[in-house]
Amino acid sequence: MADLFAKPVLPGQKPLTAGDATLSITDPGPITSIAAFPGQQARLAGKLGGLPAPNRFLTDPLRIWTGPDQTFLLGVPAPDPAPLAALAAMTDQTCGWAAFHLQGPGAEAVLARLYPLDLRAATFPQGHAARAPLGHMQSILARLEPQGFLILVFRSMAQTAWAELCDAMQRLEARARAGS
Amino acid sequence: MRLTCPLCGDRDRREFYYMGSEDYLNRPAADAPIAAWDDMLHLRTNPAGLTRDLWYHETGCGSWLVVTRNTVTHAVLSTERVADRASGRKGAAK
Repeated sequence: MADLFAKPVLPGQKPLTAGDATLSITDPGPITSIAAFPGQQARLAGKLGGLPAPNRFLTDPLRIWTGPDQTFLLGVPAPDPAPLAALAAMTDQTCGWAAFHLQGPGAEAVLARLYPLDLRAATFPQGHAARAPLGHMQSILARLEPQGFLILVFRSMAQTAWAELCDAMQRLEARARAGS
Repeated sequence: MRLTCPLCGDRDRREFYYMGSEDYLNRPAADAPIAAWDDMLHLRTNPAGLTRDLWYHETGCGSWLVVTRNTVTHAVLSTERVADRASGRKGAAK
């Protein structure tokens, strides 16, 4: 087999700070999709130390709800498939996604320009996650910190997502500078 | 227009793909006469009032939904996941 090497998402891209938010590429480590077979959700949760409820995530290790009976496990190697063979389908998603970290007091305002969701802390606090469109792109969104969001998009759309996020950040900054 | 996904909650219409009548769920038996297949695939009523359609939560959780709505008042009356229906789980009413 050819000697393959992994290329980073948007090589050389430095973090961007504009207004009250900072956007950076982040490497979430291995990503494994774990999709429970019908009726196996509870047994699977027992094997994995719990599974997140819809629209939530759990930490240590990071487990994000990504759809009906489906969870993404991030940052740790895929679990041994043998004990889970009858419970769930597992697929490696590591190279399929680009991950961004948007952080700062202005992060909510940036995302409000791109997501048709109410992402204010009152309705989308830390611990919440969502499958929702970033512009027109499918994405996974999680509020990892009080003012920090993890955004996953299909890797083929990394450049577009970066451009959309930067655009929203810079326009907000320009408006703040213009005093309106 | 907004639709309530039983899993994701109240969402904008742009997140959903429209498939068509819920008749697509009612497949005839494999050996059913050709007329039954023709009916399932092509023949539709065009009600002024209550209608039940299939929608796909495309940029959300990927669920297929049966949406009951009123074509006269544009009211969306209820949404239900097709998967919940098949497995007997309860859907969420709007």
